[in-house]
Amino acid sequence: MNPKYEAVIGLEVHAQLLTESKIFCSCSTKFGNEPNSNTCPVCLGHPGVLPVLNKKVVEFTVLMGLATNCKINQQSIFARKNYFYPDLPKGYQISQYEEPICEHGFIEVNPKNGSSKKIGITRIHMEEDAGKSIHDQSSATLVDVNRCGVPLMEIVSEPDIRTSEEAYLYLNNIKKIVQYLGICDGNMEEGSLRCDANISVRLKGENKFGVKTEIKNMNSFRNVERAIDYEINRQIDLIEEGEVIVQQTLLWDADANEAYPMRSKEEANDYRYFPDPDLLPVIVDDEWKTEISKSLPELPETKYKRFISDFSLPVYDAEILTQTKSLADYYESVISITDDYKTASNWVISEVLAVVNEKKIDISDFPITAVNLGKLINLIKVGTISGKIAKEVFALMLQDNSDPEQIVKDKNLVQISDTSEIESIIQKIIESNQAQVQEYLGGKEKVFGFFVGQVMKETRGKANPKLVNEILRKMLR
Amino acid sequence: MTFYKNHKEKLELLQSGKLNLVDNVNHFLKNIEDQKDLNAFNFVFEEETIKSAKAVEQKIKNNTAGKLAGMVIAIKDVLAYKDHPLTCSSNILKNFTSLYTATAVQKLIDEDAIIIGKTNCDEFAMGSSNENSAFGNVLNPVNKTRVPGGSSGGSAVSVAANLCDVSLGTDTGGSIRQPAAFCGVYGLKPTYGRVSRYGLTAFASSFDTIGPFAKSVEDAALVMEVISGKDENDSTSVKKEIPNYLSSLSKSKKFKIGIPKEYFAEGLDEEIRDAILDIVDELKLEGYEVKDVSLPMTEYTIATYYILTTAEASSNLARFDGARYGFRAADYKNLNEMYLNSRTQGFGKEVKRRIMLGTYVLSSGYYDAYYRKAQKVRRLIKEDFDKVFSEVDLLITPTTPTVAFKIGEKSDDPLQMYLSDIYTTSANLAGIPGISIPIGKNSENLPIGLQILSPQFEEEKIFLLSIHIQNEITK
Ligand SMILES: [Zn+2]
Repeated sequence: MNPKYEAVIGLEVHAQLLTESKIFCSCSTKFGNEPNSNTCPVCLGHPGVLPVLNKKVVEFTVLMGLATNCKINQQSIFARKNYFYPDLPKGYQISQYEEPICEHGFIEVNPKNGSSKKIGITRIHMEEDAGKSIHDQSSATLVDVNRCGVPLMEIVSEPDIRTSEEAYLYLNNIKKIVQYLGICDGNMEEGSLRCDANISVRLKGENKFGVKTEIKNMNSFRNVERAIDYEINRQIDLIEEGEVIVQQTLLWDADANEAYPMRSKEEANDYRYFPDPDLLPVIVDDEWKTEISKSLPELPETKYKRFISDFSLPVYDAEILTQTKSLADYYESVISITDDYKTASNWVISEVLAVVNEKKIDISDFPITAVNLGKLINLIKVGTISGKIAKEVFALMLQDNSDPEQIVKDKNLVQISDTSEIESIIQKIIESNQAQVQEYLGGKEKVFGFFVGQVMKETRGKANPKLVNEILRKMLR
Repeated sequence: MTFYKNHKEKLELLQSGKLNLVDNVNHFLKNIEDQKDLNAFNFVFEEETIKSAKAVEQKIKNNTAGKLAGMVIAIKDVLAYKDHPLTCSSNILKNFTSLYTATAVQKLIDEDAIIIGKTNCDEFAMGSSNENSAFGNVLNPVNKTRVPGGSSGGSAVSVAANLCDVSLGTDTGGSIRQPAAFCGVYGLKPTYGRVSRYGLTAFASSFDTIGPFAKSVEDAALVMEVISGKDENDSTSVKKEIPNYLSSLSKSKKFKIGIPKEYFAEGLDEEIRDAILDIVDELKLEGYEVKDVSLPMTEYTIATYYILTTAEASSNLARFDGARYGFRAADYKNLNEMYLNSRTQGFGKEVKRRIMLGTYVLSSGYYDAYYRKAQKVRRLIKEDFDKVFSEVDLLITPTTPTVAFKIGEKSDDPLQMYLSDIYTTSANLAGIPGISIPIGKNSENLPIGLQILSPQFEEEKIFLLSIHIQNEITK
């Protein structure tokens, strides 16, 4: 990116809320059902039907507002956004426009180079999702309205974002927060988290905003970064060439790695918002707000900081362990058994996550319980087994979550820490490997490893490596 | 065959066996057939009605029948009734069948009323003369050269011409009261939120109400008792105790009555004015306190009403686009043409006019000047009523500025047509209830309606004054 310029970026994030039923009717929100089966006269927009607000949607959105430092408005109102599309049965979407439920919040991000930064949140509001149009190969367009009325929460940021990295971190924090709150699964690829970006560039030091464009259709975190970088560079290039930026909406094409303008017809819309007369104002009084805030869990940012301060973990470890609440919970359960925080972190990050990622399972489905992993780490700590043996035990535990202490006992894997036993083994090895002894004494330090290897071979890995080192040094003098 | 004055009498006749319910419905069905030229019904459920009559007759014998046992009711064709057509008198819904039943209709059925058919009306309840219907004009049974009023013209006529006992209409700006006045029957528009709107095809959601047409105050009160109440399916319905409207009719109270001067100003037919003021004089003589009051915002009601109702209508009617149900034009090359042609061919002239008006007032750049300003005026109109009702219990006004006009007389002049609702729209703007009661006829033998307005949720007072006028003054 040309260093003369800076980008000004704002994100609009839509999160599908994990309620059992839709926002304005009692239809199921279950994904993957037969097309048009999760429907009723209300979400089909039949004549005479009326919306009835699902309270859970309010609670989830207020939770998000509280988690992102927003002001929760005592009164908010629903509005109709009017436009025609076949997957919009009523000819309008019920959303919030003037007077949204949450306003004036922020999310903190920690870019790699630089200090932490607050990204402002303009507003968070509730709305209903539209259906899906499936454009058939033939001339027909098929409509599935199962998704119609699935609750969405829209989070609109201030234009505080300056780089694609900040955008990524902001989005990732939103994902973490909604997952911690249990209100959205945060899956961008499946569309339960969607993001549009408003982008403009200006010379550094300039206060005025440049002409902005909007990019849609970025369906992964990586695409968000790529699309933003693409658009920043495109705008800078145009300005450098003396051309003007046209305000427009662009669609990101991940395969082509570029964005192309939407047909102007698709965006030339006057939505004619007005308050929805079918719904009463939403009143969130202090009592309800307090009740909702009781289910607010420790948030990722707080947990991250606590992991660093309380468990002396490196930033890297804390970042990974707090990525999801379930992983952080798992780690905390492990260290309720063992106080070797760093070893526990190493095991969770390398061994546990390797299996989780390879098998593409959730940590909650990981076969080894946190208690048993804690026990295993304790066996290393007190010297009952070596780290190497521990990996063998781990592999056995993966099969049926058996107790590591039992495995060590049954398989006779207890570490040999008896000095005289190790001495006698070493004595035998020295006697039968005189040539190597001479090499070592002649100054070939590398041969030391050979002797360690021999001892381990003899003890099937059970010898205490620290003792083996000490005794070998002594006996080879 | 209908030698009863109200449902109470009918039920006694049915219980004593002096009246056979099947004969009674057959009588109504025959009347409908004989007076087909009135065009009051879009659909008549002949077989079903006879079947229900038999079932209810049995219930009456077994003493398990509900409050409305045997009451034969017609419903306006904007109300949903499961597995029955719902057309709103529009071509765009001509072959549409409803998947569910409106709450108000279900409550009638639960009390063993018999639904005889669906009545004609102005398309999507937009009109004041029932001349905007895909099913054709409805004639006024009092004088067939005259309009029955609208939009619930068919509902008013079905009661006035004795095609049923009672009917349901809807009132967004006078659509119950005005045709009741034109046809000489009772018509009540309840408080907004008193009766669930679930199943009422929305015209203007913050104005629409469902209410009864009846031949007596007693029957209007009884039906209101049944259809009122909070409904989980309608967030704007209000949880509030429902008085026993019928039994409380025996109370007697001399209310303080207000006469708003703006409702007796220029434009009001002389004969109507005199007829209303005669009743007021009678009440004075009986010792009622009558007071001249003022509603200064009255001159803005029609403009405010048309800005807000058309705005809501433009959005409410967006769902009729030919994409999922209802009429779809045969000729189109792309999606936009499908919308355009389906809506152009499917909607009538007045509906299109209002959709365009409403779309305009909500458009960016015009919203503040029209919609937002009209909302403010609406609040001022409400405050006008609040103030007046702090001084008096009820208001008496004419229902309409003229008696039923001639068919075709105003159909080319929308402004003149809109002015025929000048005394009724304010109740919808303020959300208050109002009734039109028949108080006699003019020199051309055309009915005159008197309107009584009360504060929100005080229908009981309206009924009390109405029955007093019905029993002591006009009869
Ligand atoms: Zn539904």
